Amino acid sequence: MTDKQYSLHDAIAEFVKDGDTVALEGFTHLIPFAAGHEIIRQGRRDLTLVRMTPDIVADQLVGAGAVTKMVFAFTGNSSVGSLYAIRRGVEAGGPGTLELEEYSHYGLLARYQAGAMSIPFMPVRSYAGSGLPGVNPNLRKVASPFDAEVETYVVPALNPDVAIIHAQRADRHGNIQSWGILGPQQEAAFASKRTIALVEEIVPDEVIRSDPNRTVIPGFAVDAVVQVPYGAHPSFVQGYYDRDNTFYRSWSAISKDPDRLEAWLQEWVHDTGDHAGYLAKLGPDFFVPLTPEPHMSTPVNYGSVR
Amino acid sequence: MNPLTAQPPAGTLPASGAGTAAYTSSELLAAVSCRQLRGTRRVFAGIGLPTLAVALAQKSTSPDIEQVYESGVCGAHPPKLPETIADASLATGAEAILTMPVLFGYVLQGGWIDVGFLGAAQIDRYGSLNSSVIGDWHAPDVRLPGSGGAAEVMANSAEVFVVMRRHDPSSFVLELDFCTSPSPAVARRMDPLVPAQGRGVTTVISDLGVLKADDDGELCLASVHEGVTVEQVIAATGWPLKVLPGLSVTPAPTEQELHLLRHEIDPGRVYLR
Repeated sequence: MTDKQYSLHDAIAEFVKDGDTVALEGFTHLIPFAAGHEIIRQGRRDLTLVRMTPDIVADQLVGAGAVTKMVFAFTGNSSVGSLYAIRRGVEAGGPGTLELEEYSHYGLLARYQAGAMSIPFMPVRSYAGSGLPGVNPNLRKVASPFDAEVETYVVPALNPDVAIIHAQRADRHGNIQSWGILGPQQEAAFASKRTIALVEEIVPDEVIRSDPNRTVIPGFAVDAVVQVPYGAHPSFVQGYYDRDNTFYRSWSAISKDPDRLEAWLQEWVHDTGDHAGYLAKLGPDFFVPLTPEPHMSTPVNYGSVR
Repeated sequence: MNPLTAQPPAGTLPASGAGTAAYTSSELLAAVSCRQLRGTRRVFAGIGLPTLAVALAQKSTSPDIEQVYESGVCGAHPPKLPETIADASLATGAEAILTMPVLFGYVLQGGWIDVGFLGAAQIDRYGSLNSSVIGDWHAPDVRLPGSGGAAEVMANSAEVFVVMRRHDPSSFVLELDFCTSPSPAVARRMDPLVPAQGRGVTTVISDLGVLKADDDGELCLASVHEGVTVEQVIAATGWPLKVLPGLSVTPAPTEQELHLLRHEIDPGRVYLR
């Protein structure tokens, strides 16, 4: 088996190109913020960002000028405010620099699934009577080939150039293990031409092999595995650190003012140099109050030969 | 004007009637939502007032009610109130965490949800919802978050409850700026050959009263909250609002409901704002 370990810099440099369609996934949990920041540092342009739930990391990428189109189902900062870089890019009176392609959750998830399965499209039960097909030509109605009295909406397969995800742990071969809320990472990884996986820890092979059911993406579907501790901050990693809700609540005020947003990106992304610099700037004790009490699962018995 | 939202943010309504404690708008919405859940088995709900309503139901009228979150968490037993639908505290100790294809494909589309709880920026008289834009989609005055899973919840739940914190003509509209999540009735009319399941929105709980769908699926006034007049609700509604026979005054939150909400469910007042 090949060793697929990369530095974050090299993984982004090698696998994310200007103009790429990038699926950056993680459903509130396990959001690859560190990768978003590295994309900004390396000055990528004209990206199509695919993300079911574009939130702060999407606002940062849009604010940095990396993204020209966003494919999405829900764009918001939970209940604590707006994403103003995104809003400025699409609302009347703004510069109109951001193109949107809007779905609902299952419509976009089904696009990943169809892409992962190499089938041309996937039927979904949504969109009858909706305004969305009128603004998104990828939502189309077809007749059932099995029953002339039945029609269904379908979505086309999506095969992003690159998927970027975050997980708890992996081995050096890129076998990715994750637990807690899993999001659409597995679907996005299998749908994409290349996959970069950020993990909290690279662990010995035997740790992964002690619990093979926990592997959500096998190494053969991963191109680069990158050890990036705290790389999902300010989102959370189940069992490692909790969500930095203070930062989430502070974001709207930063993003609302373009000058303040630019200053934030300069201070926290460019001037930090890399993720280690970002962590150093947060300080050595930053994660102490965000570290959860241990709550171990009971090991399962896989059995072995006598 | 609306007497509930006219109160200062942390304010309470004056007690009206013997044995009725003063309460906030959020407490009233949570208590009313909870009562509407009586007899419900499985709820698909987001974070916020629905979380409070389900927690209150579990501790009072409906101990067996089950809540399914969009993040795939089922049977959550959170040690503290979650701040998002995908909080770490929802996952720890949960009965199940489903993958997204299982949650959306099997649980929602498979028809396992009895009541879906939704919010929206705008609702129309047949319960279609707009959560995408104010203004024109292509150059909106305000870009809203979008459907998320709302379109799937609407299309697949047996029925849908909607909680609207502000009842006014810009949110209860004759015509939506954009239809993000159509009611199944609209879906059947516009796309008659696409199979539709569920009744759509049957209940709307606002800060002024409770609307219920009549036999044609039209949302009509079923009860007004204490101190609110029928005329006031009609004036705050963008369509000619019908009043159901037997219109009542919404019973105020009971002492027990208020005690549970304030001291057991949300002592930090995360959602009882």
